Amino acid sequence: MIAELGHYALMLALGLALIQGTMPIVGTQTNDPVLMSMAAPTALAQFAFVAMAFAALAICYVISDFSVLNVFENSNSQMPFIYRLTSIWGNHEGSMMLWVSILTFFGALVAVFGNNLPAVLKANALAVQAWIAAAFHLFILMTSNPFVRIPQAPFEGQDLNPILQDPGLAFHPPLLYLGYVGFSIAFSFAIAALLEGRIDAAWARWVRPWVLGAWMCLTVGIAGGSYWAYYTLGWGGFWFWDPVENASLMPWLAGTAQLHSAVVMEKRGALKIWTVLLAILTFSLSLIGTFLVRSGVLTSVHTFANDPMRGVFILAILVVFIGGALAFYGWRAPLLKQGGLFAPISREGALVFNNLFLTTACASVFIGTLYPLALEALTGAKISVGPPFFNATFGPLFIPLMVVMPFGPLMGWKRGDLFGAAQRLLAAAMFAALTMAAAFAIEQGGPVLAPLGAGVAVFVMAGAVTDIAERTLVLRLPFRAALQRAIGLPRSAWGTAFAHFGLGITLLGIVAATAWGSERIAEMKVGDNLDIAHYRLTFAGLFGRQGPNYHDMVGRFILHRMNGDLIGVMEPSRRNFPSRNMTTTQAALMTRGVSQLYLSLGDPMQNGNVAVRLYFKPQVLLIWLGAAVMFAGGALSLSDRRLRVGAPQPAKMKAALRPAE
Amino acid sequence: MTRKQRRLVLIGSGMAVLAVAVALMLNAFRNSIVFFNSPSDVVEKHVPAGTRIRLGGLVKSGSVVRGSNLSVRFEVTDGKNGIPVNYQGVLPDLFREGQGVVAEGALDPGGTFKADSILAKHDETYMPKEVADALKRAGHWKDDYGRQAGASAGGGGK
Repeated sequence: MIAELGHYALMLALGLALIQGTMPIVGTQTNDPVLMSMAAPTALAQFAFVAMAFAALAICYVISDFSVLNVFENSNSQMPFIYRLTSIWGNHEGSMMLWVSILTFFGALVAVFGNNLPAVLKANALAVQAWIAAAFHLFILMTSNPFVRIPQAPFEGQDLNPILQDPGLAFHPPLLYLGYVGFSIAFSFAIAALLEGRIDAAWARWVRPWVLGAWMCLTVGIAGGSYWAYYTLGWGGFWFWDPVENASLMPWLAGTAQLHSAVVMEKRGALKIWTVLLAILTFSLSLIGTFLVRSGVLTSVHTFANDPMRGVFILAILVVFIGGALAFYGWRAPLLKQGGLFAPISREGALVFNNLFLTTACASVFIGTLYPLALEALTGAKISVGPPFFNATFGPLFIPLMVVMPFGPLMGWKRGDLFGAAQRLLAAAMFAALTMAAAFAIEQGGPVLAPLGAGVAVFVMAGAVTDIAERTLVLRLPFRAALQRAIGLPRSAWGTAFAHFGLGITLLGIVAATAWGSERIAEMKVGDNLDIAHYRLTFAGLFGRQGPNYHDMVGRFILHRMNGDLIGVMEPSRRNFPSRNMTTTQAALMTRGVSQLYLSLGDPMQNGNVAVRLYFKPQVLLIWLGAAVMFAGGALSLSDRRLRVGAPQPAKMKAALRPAE
Repeated sequence: MTRKQRRLVLIGSGMAVLAVAVALMLNAFRNSIVFFNSPSDVVEKHVPAGTRIRLGGLVKSGSVVRGSNLSVRFEVTDGKNGIPVNYQGVLPDLFREGQGVVAEGALDPGGTFKADSILAKHDETYMPKEVADALKRAGHWKDDYGRQAGASAGGGGK
């Protein structure tokens, strides 16, 4: 009964989406305010029904209703509660439900918080949002219905894919989808602006918070996925240039570019048409990401099912939305008024530089990811484009971007002073040079590029600090006065500094963990020692352990410092899931500061020995810590008064509400 | 600068970056692409020794021989031809006799494939797509491969 209710609610949501997609547009074309005002209530109602459908599916999972095929295939009554809940989106149908839930949730947010938007823009944007929703509702109902029943309900479910039975499943997909789908708002606003044939700086101010929010979620979503892959795959890699990873990186790169171009548009009224194009491209890349991951053209743990019908349907959605949007852009964009021009050496110029390199880097990832697919479709030849390709293209494009990054915030709008900025960055540059020299000196036989990378990372971080120091005049004014200035700085300035600093942290982590880490692979018998960096690992023995729905074969290892100090016990295991008779590797991690020791068990051997892989990953946690700092930067920027779209608050009231500020 | 000059600078620098990017990509494509081959491809196309390829097929039942220091020897077959493979290291969870495998490395002059990585890449039926296609071409595909494999294979892919 609950499943049928969910199915019915989803059909109603489709109906509402169709109304929301047509009536407001008719309203804006005929200048009928009543039809236009239909957009917001239908968006809310649509969200309510989708939420109802999602809740129905959730209930089926929680009560383990195995008469629902989707629950039977992906859940098991023995699974811990949290995994019964997360397995809702640990499969194709459920993850599409999550997709539309978030999509309609964003639509509802626009309906609620868009009170001060011009009526025409709001109506058009919500209508475009409804087209996307309608396409995906249709997709779910026609090809991926999660509410299908089995005539005779089995007693027990087939269990969730063991690789997905991990806390990561609770965070990674929802955050990633919040990012992907969040970009749909900018897309809808862009199409709405094209429909209306009018765009101004205020447009950028309305759209930027949405892009920023989506970007923040995508940043931590990608980082979370990377950490999950790192600890779960058993060989300590954190980024594989796997197509499914690239699928999430491309919208991130385009979204980052959009975030920066929207600043230029908001402040200076320039780059309007480019920003609109980026809004279309970013969401298009999100759609392509969904297609790559879900359609079965790639094989990965993310590919839940290979039904050709689904692939064709998603491909149709892609063609209609991306092709349609770009064609519409080509037709209508010339109608938009051109923005002003500016000197190449200026804040705008720096942001254009940023956009140029980000989009080019994005294009190189795009080509590297899709070329093998295109080649196979056209000639049948199977090739793999792996890390060497991306390191040789993405790297050289990204490093100049990082080098120029600290200059941007130090330059003035309209006409910047490159020499002045360089002077102010002198301390940062010297700091970076020192880092490079130290890295060269300490490094024994590591890659030559590594100290360079570390230097660039430090330059970016020191540059962000310089930016704040220059704004607060901390070195020139008495401390109290500088503190006053620091408090008075717009939070978006802090946000910029944090986000840039975070990127530097991440780069430093990547460089250190890849270039200066070490690896030991060995066969160990009880009592054997294995040395890595300045640590010694001793194998103490194997034992079994029973979990709720799995059995662990645990290896116990004692970790000492070389001088004999005990650090702790590491217990990696091989986890067997009887319901699917599958084994996964559970690595053991020992965190030392921001570095980690990483131990995973290999094949069990007949003679009782174990094969182990031991890695020392220096500064590896910085990679994900940097993403967290970027998120914090985004959050700071989002809390900036300028971006709060609500009615402007009088300064007095604000001061009264926040005495601490 | 005039409006026109500024626009020229903008377009010019854009073109320059694009040109650099294209050069980088062409160069990378020349150097870093790895072709996928089935054992029959290797035999028929006479893949020269030393060329990096991906070799995919089934691990021949009974062919796995473990040596000392984590070295392992096995044969990759597509039913028509077989290629002996040498590998040293920890095998991925999904590695089993009679099941799909993709090895990356190069042939040595003696015709043995020296693998430096064994890929743990698979879909939910535990058969790499490339391997499935290669087996179908060689006429050795059975519809229940995936199912059987799923019953006993391990996880660990991405």
